[in-house]
Amino acid sequence: MTASDPSGIRLQNVGLTLGAQQFRFDCELPAGAITAITGPSGSGKSTLLNLIAGFEMPESGRVMIGKRNVAALHPSERPVSLVFQDNNLFAHLDLFTNIGLGIHPALKLSADDRKRISQALTRVGLGGYEKRTPGTLSGGERQRAAFARALVRQRPVLLLDEPFAALDPGLRQTMAALLLDLHRETGNTIAIVTHDAGEVRQLADHALFIDHGEVTLQAEIEVFLMRRDVPGLTEFLDL
Amino acid sequence: MLTRAERQRGYAGGGLVFAGIVVFIALAVFALLSFNSGESDRPFFDAYVWRILRFTLLQAGLSTLLSVALALPVALALARQPNFPGRIWIIRLMAVPMGLPVLIGALGLIGIWGRTGVLNSALATIGLSEPVSIYGLSGILIAHVFFNLPLACRLLLAGLERLPPDYWRLSASLGLPARSIFRFVEWPAVKPLLAGITGLVFMLCATSFTLVLVLGGGPAATTLEVAIYQSLRFDFDPGRAISLALLQIAVTATILALMALLPTPKNDSAATGRAARRFDGSDLGMRVWDGTIVILAVAFLCLPLISIALAGIRADLVRLLTSAIFWKAAWTSLWIAFLAGVISLTAATAIINARAAIADARGPGITARGFSTLLASLSSLVLLVPPVVIGTGWFLLLRPYGDVASFAPLLVVMINAMTALPFVMRVMAPAFATHRQRTARQAANLGIFGFARLRLIDLPVLISPIATALSFAMALSLGDLGAVALFGSEELVTLPWLVYSRLGSYRTADADGLAFILAILCLALTVAGTAGHRVGKDGQQ
Repeated sequence: MTASDPSGIRLQNVGLTLGAQQFRFDCELPAGAITAITGPSGSGKSTLLNLIAGFEMPESGRVMIGKRNVAALHPSERPVSLVFQDNNLFAHLDLFTNIGLGIHPALKLSADDRKRISQALTRVGLGGYEKRTPGTLSGGERQRAAFARALVRQRPVLLLDEPFAALDPGLRQTMAALLLDLHRETGNTIAIVTHDAGEVRQLADHALFIDHGEVTLQAEIEVFLMRRDVPGLTEFLDL
Repeated sequence: MLTRAERQRGYAGGGLVFAGIVVFIALAVFALLSFNSGESDRPFFDAYVWRILRFTLLQAGLSTLLSVALALPVALALARQPNFPGRIWIIRLMAVPMGLPVLIGALGLIGIWGRTGVLNSALATIGLSEPVSIYGLSGILIAHVFFNLPLACRLLLAGLERLPPDYWRLSASLGLPARSIFRFVEWPAVKPLLAGITGLVFMLCATSFTLVLVLGGGPAATTLEVAIYQSLRFDFDPGRAISLALLQIAVTATILALMALLPTPKNDSAATGRAARRFDGSDLGMRVWDGTIVILAVAFLCLPLISIALAGIRADLVRLLTSAIFWKAAWTSLWIAFLAGVISLTAATAIINARAAIADARGPGITARGFSTLLASLSSLVLLVPPVVIGTGWFLLLRPYGDVASFAPLLVVMINAMTALPFVMRVMAPAFATHRQRTARQAANLGIFGFARLRLIDLPVLISPIATALSFAMALSLGDLGAVALFGSEELVTLPWLVYSRLGSYRTADADGLAFILAILCLALTVAGTAGHRVGKDGQQ
């Protein structure tokens, strides 16, 4: 859980066909850094994330997390936590249960585990919300709860699929700041799919640009923001 | 948004239909209540009546328990295996028993589970002598599960498929084992549906007539509805029929009241076959378990259907199709079904328009709103008094005025029209509501009224739900034995009645052949209706 953990992500010649679309990914997401995954709609950003998370199995190539090829592993066996745009929480279960399931999948929790859940909730600004159900929370609060679960799971990799897309612009800033704080505390490797150039500037150390199922640019953020020769990237950054 | 005239026509139509249905039912009940059997020495509810009540509730309770409990693992398995071979066809198969005339289903079940059926023959060849009995309680249970398991399964599956697909990704990423997924995801989705589904299935089983008539019927296995029929048709004991009928109304009223307290299962979003990707169904153990469950369920549902087809083909179809009695019965069945369908659709349209007119009025008074609610509950009122009870009432009412046989066709038409009303409403009401939402403002703004509106705006869109509703209503009426059982005679022969009387006189091959023809007729009607619906939908998009 420190920056020295071997939690860098590498996709080597990963090939996948979904329907009529072909994907070929070759890229690296450095350990302990925040990498933004950007690109036009339908270019394959979420597919890349699904390959890392284990919801898609590559037809060829290797998906390395640290020194391990995880390409054949079930999603639960990968050292990964997830936050989607919505539905990160089971709507009928309270926050305590939702987060507790991240510690033990049959909810067998020790006294220490229970304390950790409450601490995580407090850390994301939801102290005392254990018994609340997701339906009674605002969109931002629900995403905070999802972060709390990622905290207790203590996985070295955190994958975020447009986690703030459903929130108001002002709230996005606050949530991005919270994410940065948590990242500095845990030193985890983060991959975040985003449509928002502002988010890329605020959060990312590295960035990938994906177009038509391929990574057309991967670079450190300063370089990424300066490049003007990659088709589609300028439009994305100017938006 | 309606013109004053349109609104007034809406009120008037709704009022007429409401009055018509209430009077039709009330007269029947009144006739029952005021009938003097002349045997004051017998208690109103004797031991025989109580025994029948007990059996009615017992078989309905057990049938419901079995149907729902067995439907749950099937629904879970189908939800967990979105790529199961032929899954969409299995889900469509689940709709077949609902559209299949009950009598035909019963024949198919006899073909499999009967004394000389496939199953008992197979048991005999492996040396088991004790046959599974399709008659009596066990037979009634098998048949009720055959008809209600698919219904429960579709509603449960729809509930599972309404869950956000993210839940399955989340469960997989959290590594939830099957038990946890059931406890934290599947069960919470299914639990709120169970009460409504249980109520619906219990209601269907408690008022089931044809199955009990064919498979039960002995004094040990008779339900209220069948006992009413028997006491009227065979014993000619109207006094007993009346006690039974009143008891039946009390039972259905209780069930309906209880059901009103429960959340109703959402039927409008029945399983679509669109399933989310599941990550928990891919390991071998789970695949074997799910596969076994689904295959068993498919066999249970399919074998009787196959048996109907095989037995039907083996029968002397040419002779049956050229016999005068067949054509007479087919003709009678068709015009009864058509008239019943048209009456049912007319009533439904009037109810829908009246409710729309009330909703359209600015600040409708309490009377208007009460009337709207009453109109909406008409369907339940129709369920409250079962066909056999209405038939009994009108039988008593008309007897003094001559031969009941001469009124019989009209009564059968009316009873079938009322039985179909809830189904017709369920098809038409949402379609009409959507259409009104899409077009009312525009049409009012452009000043399109009356016939022009009907021709240009309404009919082109609504013709497909109307066709669907009509075909459902006709199929329902075509396969119905309940109303015609009381009044069937030499003069009034419908196809189900012909099947039933052939069965009664042990001409099983003829019964099988006729049932097969009837099944094809009903199937053709349903397919025609839903095909039109689909085309219409595409046309809109």
